[in-house]
Amino acid sequence: MQFILNPWPWYVSGPLIALVMALLLYFGKTFGMSSNLRTMCTIAGAGKFSNFFKFNWKDQLWNLTVVLGAIIGGFIAVKFLSTTSGANLNPNTVAELKNMGFKNPGATLLPNEMFSLEALSSPKTLILLIVGGILVGFGTRYAGGCTSGHAITGLSSLQKPSLIAVIGFFIGGLIMTNFILPLIF
Amino acid sequence: MKAVKFLLVGIFFGIVLVKSEAVSWYRIYEMFRFQSFHMYGIIGTAIASGILFLQIAKKGHIKSIKGADIYVPKKDNGLARYIIGGTIFGLGWALIGACPGPMYILLGTGVWSMIIVIASAVLGTFIYGLLQKKLPH
Repeated sequence: MQFILNPWPWYVSGPLIALVMALLLYFGKTFGMSSNLRTMCTIAGAGKFSNFFKFNWKDQLWNLTVVLGAIIGGFIAVKFLSTTSGANLNPNTVAELKNMGFKNPGATLLPNEMFSLEALSSPKTLILLIVGGILVGFGTRYAGGCTSGHAITGLSSLQKPSLIAVIGFFIGGLIMTNFILPLIF
Repeated sequence: MKAVKFLLVGIFFGIVLVKSEAVSWYRIYEMFRFQSFHMYGIIGTAIASGILFLQIAKKGHIKSIKGADIYVPKKDNGLARYIIGGTIFGLGWALIGACPGPMYILLGTGVWSMIIVIASAVLGTFIYGLLQKKLPH
């Protein structure tokens, strides 16, 4: 059991993510988590404002079910399948983040400085979460997919548009992490 | 009963992404600083396994549950939407350390702030829907 409770190595995790994609294809569906954001817009009545949201959202109920499962899976993983919550980061990364003002890099899944409920009382944190969320929601739909749809499914099926999108993901990620985050923290 | 299998796939997905630490903000930071192989290993082996699966399926050795061919729908051709949209997505991904799958998984791990992130991501998608016709694709 110990190997389940420990963090899983990348060479186990990667193929298991591919298995998620394979199972959904086997069930006649395509792996793509960001589509759910559009579905939620439609359910909330966004079809009144743009034709982009006019579709039968009930066809996407299966994907919302995957979302519900993912929430439960996250709960099960931390509640029953983990002994530690920390990631074994590169010491250079830890030192760097400490310099930026993060107290315990890697001790939790996310930095408390950004995601704890106390941190929410700071307008700066709130703005970061909102801006980050908007960028992800806008960018993923503009690009027609996210990490699951383009990086995993698109690249596995050798599609050029997905390769371009993933290059975009990295351009944006590299700019944020290397140039913008140091300005924010 | 049809919904149960999707629920189970979702649960499995959530567990894998937590146990692999792919939902960790720090792992995403580390990846974009090129300070660890971990995330590259995950994404690389996921794609390699995915290619293998799809190639075997293509030869007709694997059919869907309904006996149909397994295939991935073709993405539309284009450049601007993928590079600009992708870059905007990447900026957000590295800032909050979560993409549209991990957002929900992290909520399940008890990170309540994710509700704000998810609501903002829904808003971002709504803004795209409003501007879609005006954007280069």
